[in-house]
Amino acid sequence: MARPFREVLNSGKFVVTSEVGPPKGSNLEELIHHIDLLKDRVDALNVTDNQSSVMRYPSLGGCLFIKEHGGEPILQMTCRDRNRLALQADLLFAYSRGITNVLCLTGDSIPVGDHKEAKGVFDLDSVQLLKTVRLMEEGKDLGGNDLAGGIRFCAGAIVTPEANPVEPQLIKFEKKVAAGAEFFQTQAIYDIDNFKRFMEVARRFDVKVLAGIVLLVSAGMARYMNRNVPGIFVPDQLIEEMVSAEKGKALETGIRIAGHMIRQLKEEAICDGVHIMAIGRESVVPDILAAAG
Amino acid sequence: MIIGKQKPLEEIREMLEGYKRVLILGCGTCVTVCLAGGEKEVAILATLLRMSEKMAGGDKTFSEHTIQRQCDNEFLDELEEKVKDVDAVLSLACGAGVGLVAERFPDLPVLPGLNTTFIGIPQERGVFTERCLSCGDCILDETGGICPVARCTKGLLNGPCGGTNNGKCEVDPEKDCAWTLIYQRLERQGKLERMRAYRPPRNFQAVVRPGKVVAE
Repeated sequence: MARPFREVLNSGKFVVTSEVGPPKGSNLEELIHHIDLLKDRVDALNVTDNQSSVMRYPSLGGCLFIKEHGGEPILQMTCRDRNRLALQADLLFAYSRGITNVLCLTGDSIPVGDHKEAKGVFDLDSVQLLKTVRLMEEGKDLGGNDLAGGIRFCAGAIVTPEANPVEPQLIKFEKKVAAGAEFFQTQAIYDIDNFKRFMEVARRFDVKVLAGIVLLVSAGMARYMNRNVPGIFVPDQLIEEMVSAEKGKALETGIRIAGHMIRQLKEEAICDGVHIMAIGRESVVPDILAAAG
Repeated sequence: MIIGKQKPLEEIREMLEGYKRVLILGCGTCVTVCLAGGEKEVAILATLLRMSEKMAGGDKTFSEHTIQRQCDNEFLDELEEKVKDVDAVLSLACGAGVGLVAERFPDLPVLPGLNTTFIGIPQERGVFTERCLSCGDCILDETGGICPVARCTKGLLNGPCGGTNNGKCEVDPEKDCAWTLIYQRLERQGKLERMRAYRPPRNFQAVVRPGKVVAE
């Protein structure tokens, strides 16, 4: 049995989480392969929730597999696809099946995904969802009714330390802390000095921060993210490192860069851990961890 | 005011199939200002429809008329005469106008020539932007006069999402992030504590749809 995630967070060790993305369809072979590969190498595994507004096998289903395979799941929950009744019902279900970690997200907007004419729900936002978790822990629902059996979750949220402008994001960060977030997994960071400035603010609060590490697989990907992904800035120096990688060695270079960053974050105790996102390349997460030592 | 956008000509022509004499009916209020359904737009659309009808070898005829306000029954009286000899009315009013004209003349097909898009303002020449979602529970006093319900694509109440970039929105880099605007406005007014305040879930039943207001 995996150690409960809250216990790991409060143990003082450098925490490592990663994530798996469920498939579009009911063939779960690859998902289960990734779960088996990662569950004992990290402290907890997120399961994404219709990531990028693309319809997929549910996060809740992936979390159940992690649980059954002896891992520690973090249920990602976005507010995009369910109203407050459905979100609360899913929290009850998750808790009843031993899932006790939740990452509360607003969710990407509908037009970025693959069901462009769907209704975006956003009945709650991420701050309100965090509050809802804490309210249900007190045995009440959002309608003010008593629950016959409550819930208990280690609740987290996300933050974008390299957003521009960053001030509105920091206000939201504070609101998430006040609403009950115990841990944060950040959007991908590449500029450690910039991240240190964010951590100076974050350290004033009683929360754990896991730096987001997104594996670079090519210089093109880095440039693409700089152009298209809000809050991600890959410095020129890293792009050049990817460009100068020998032919066929770009992935290796990306793994080395990620490993180096993790080692620096850990050795200099800049934050409390890392959250590794190897979008589509989950099988190399063990190599990243090996590169990090 | 209400902003609308004319439907594509092809869609309008399909809608008019089977009707010989068509009255194109403009509205002199909001849709005149937003250049979608006033007297001028009625004249242009009538010309286009006549031309395309001629090219298609059809025999439809189009009459034109514009009244001051289609969403107000007292302005509809003058239509009694106008609709006597037509098979259908193509209304260039907002949905409220189309609906009321249809209600007033229940035997007559009344068809929408516009898509009603939002409550907004003329931002610059020929550009109109959304400002209000008629949610029934106004919080503009808390947000520096900038509505996050209408102007944030997700209608978020507690600050920006992570999709904002350089003050723009993730759905369209041409659109401003409402929460960046709110931040800047409140900072300017020295009222950032309003942004820090927790805002509970919205009451989506502040107006129980369909809406009805009884003046006291």
